Amino acid sequence: MSINTDMAVRVTAITQVAESVKRFRFERLDGKPFPVFPGGAHVVVAWKDGGMIRRNPYSLMSAPGDTSAYEISVLRVEKSRGGSAFLHEKVKLGDTLSLSQPVDLFPIDQRGRKHIFMAGGIGITPFMAMMDQLSKLNQNFELHYAVRTRTHGAYWQELTERYGAHRVKIYCDAEKLFIPTEPLLGAQPLGTHLYVCGPGGMIDGVLGTARKLGWPEENLHSERFLAPPPGAPFTVKLTRSNKTVEVAEHQSILEAVEAAGVDAPFMCRGGACGQCETNVTACDGEILHHDHYLPQADKASGKKIMICVSRIKGKEITLDL
Amino acid sequence: MLVNGIKSRPVYTGLTIDPNAGRHLFALEGEGPQALFDQVQQVGAGFLASAQILYVPTTAAPKDHAAKIAALKPDDLWLAPTIAVLLNRFRNELSRATMRTRIYVAGTEGFIGQVMRETLDFGVDHKSIRNEHRGSEARRVQCVHCKGITEDVKTSPYACTHCGLNLLVRDHYSRRLAAFQGVSIEAEEPGTAPPPEELFR
Ligand SMILES: Cc1cc2nc3c(=O)[nH]c(=O)nc-3n(C[C@H](O)[C@H](O)[C@H](O)COP(=O)(O)OP(=O)(O)OC[C@H]3O[C@@H](n4cnc5c(N)ncnc54)[C@H](O)[C@@H]3O)c2cc1C
Ligand code: FES
Repeated sequence: MSINTDMAVRVTAITQVAESVKRFRFERLDGKPFPVFPGGAHVVVAWKDGGMIRRNPYSLMSAPGDTSAYEISVLRVEKSRGGSAFLHEKVKLGDTLSLSQPVDLFPIDQRGRKHIFMAGGIGITPFMAMMDQLSKLNQNFELHYAVRTRTHGAYWQELTERYGAHRVKIYCDAEKLFIPTEPLLGAQPLGTHLYVCGPGGMIDGVLGTARKLGWPEENLHSERFLAPPPGAPFTVKLTRSNKTVEVAEHQSILEAVEAAGVDAPFMCRGGACGQCETNVTACDGEILHHDHYLPQADKASGKKIMICVSRIKGKEITLDL
Repeated sequence: MLVNGIKSRPVYTGLTIDPNAGRHLFALEGEGPQALFDQVQQVGAGFLASAQILYVPTTAAPKDHAAKIAALKPDDLWLAPTIAVLLNRFRNELSRATMRTRIYVAGTEGFIGQVMRETLDFGVDHKSIRNEHRGSEARRVQCVHCKGITEDVKTSPYACTHCGLNLLVRDHYSRRLAAFQGVSIEAEEPGTAPPPEELFR
């Protein structure tokens, strides 16, 4: 980012909350309060790992009004390139990291008369903050939360106790219990908003069912925890900074240009916000668009790329950067 | 005389039937049923089996629209004597509606605006409401000075029915009030208003 508004923080608590899920609590080094954030917002967490800087987005799951600390919950991804593995295995109490200002790409629609949250696995995190916010405003909401096993699922007990079994429903794969999406979405009163966060397949399934039932697009909201997918290495030429950068198998273009000392704009690092949109001057191969931002026509034109998640199948791409 | 090209001017995107909706709720006024008949021409009458139609035939409209709707045998047809009565019933229907209900409005701008406003109050986005302007171009205008609303405004300027000021009709539209804005045309120098021009037929 060109304007550095990052906040230096210290890790003040680490809690194992479920199998493979840890919660991290951060407090500011300068002792100042954090900004109040809207439920659903995330921060980009940055830290040094050997010679490189890692930056991963994580949803804030603490209470939005609590300015004394920010909390995130991280799933240790099995085939991690190192990001979530590092947070789980290397980060200790007292370590310092850096957080971006909160970014909200998954806001609550305040006009809604009822809010339905559907979470799969670690997708529960943004809803923790959203539910805290709505319950304080005395608003009508329900959570439908699918977990693999009771030991893998984070926070389901705590949430059931806090909001009651009438508002929090748990579905456990291992017990052959699944979210009854169709009957559930078929019976919601007018003015209900639906929010989905979880694995890609789950999001597509739920949104597909809602559309088939006639839910208007305006009431459907989702967030994908998209990570830059790996792929064959290639070369990026940067016309404005006059540099040539190699993108490795497990690197995104954004990560590669940052490592080369070029300041490229970003916000979500997950292909959703549009900040990192970059013009393509030339490309000798095919652009593999992985984002959820560019309209189909722009993707087809081959003139634009979201460098946080997309890569190319080919040797070289030239960017206006 | 009219001030136009203002962004808040509503656009009406047409009454296209949503084939996925489980229930179709129509609020129609005056010539509004013509938009419904056009849809029946285009997509067939199948959707009418799950359609509920609230209709207020205004005096300006030929009387046979109601009979023509009835002949299409919608699941439910209800005729209202006035817009206010229709809105009352419409609110009741909204409180019973589910997310499978698609809402359609057709008629004059003033009518569409009032139905839209009721719907927005139920947490529905204005883009989710299918609407089509049919019938008179006359506007529902609010005087920005005395806040009085005048229905059926056909000219600009027009004399406010509440405070009598000569008002210029702007394209500036308020969703909350479901009305256009009228501003005094002779605020600087009373008595200099140009003659009314018939703009909205
Ligand atoms: C807006 C947003 C909010 C998010 N919020 C959260 C949150 O609250 N909690 C949370 O845990 N995560 C969250 N994420 C996801 C998070 O940012 C990281 O993507 C996640 O922690 C994985 O990081 P990683 O560095 O371990 O994985 P990466 O190494 O970046 O790997 C990402 C994915 O790529 C695949 N992959 C990597 N290397 C290989 C390889 N060699 N072969 C095959 N596949 C490979 C893995 O399957 C993995 O799923 C969020 C993401 C976004 C965009
Ligand atoms: S940084 Fe948000 S789309 Fe790339």
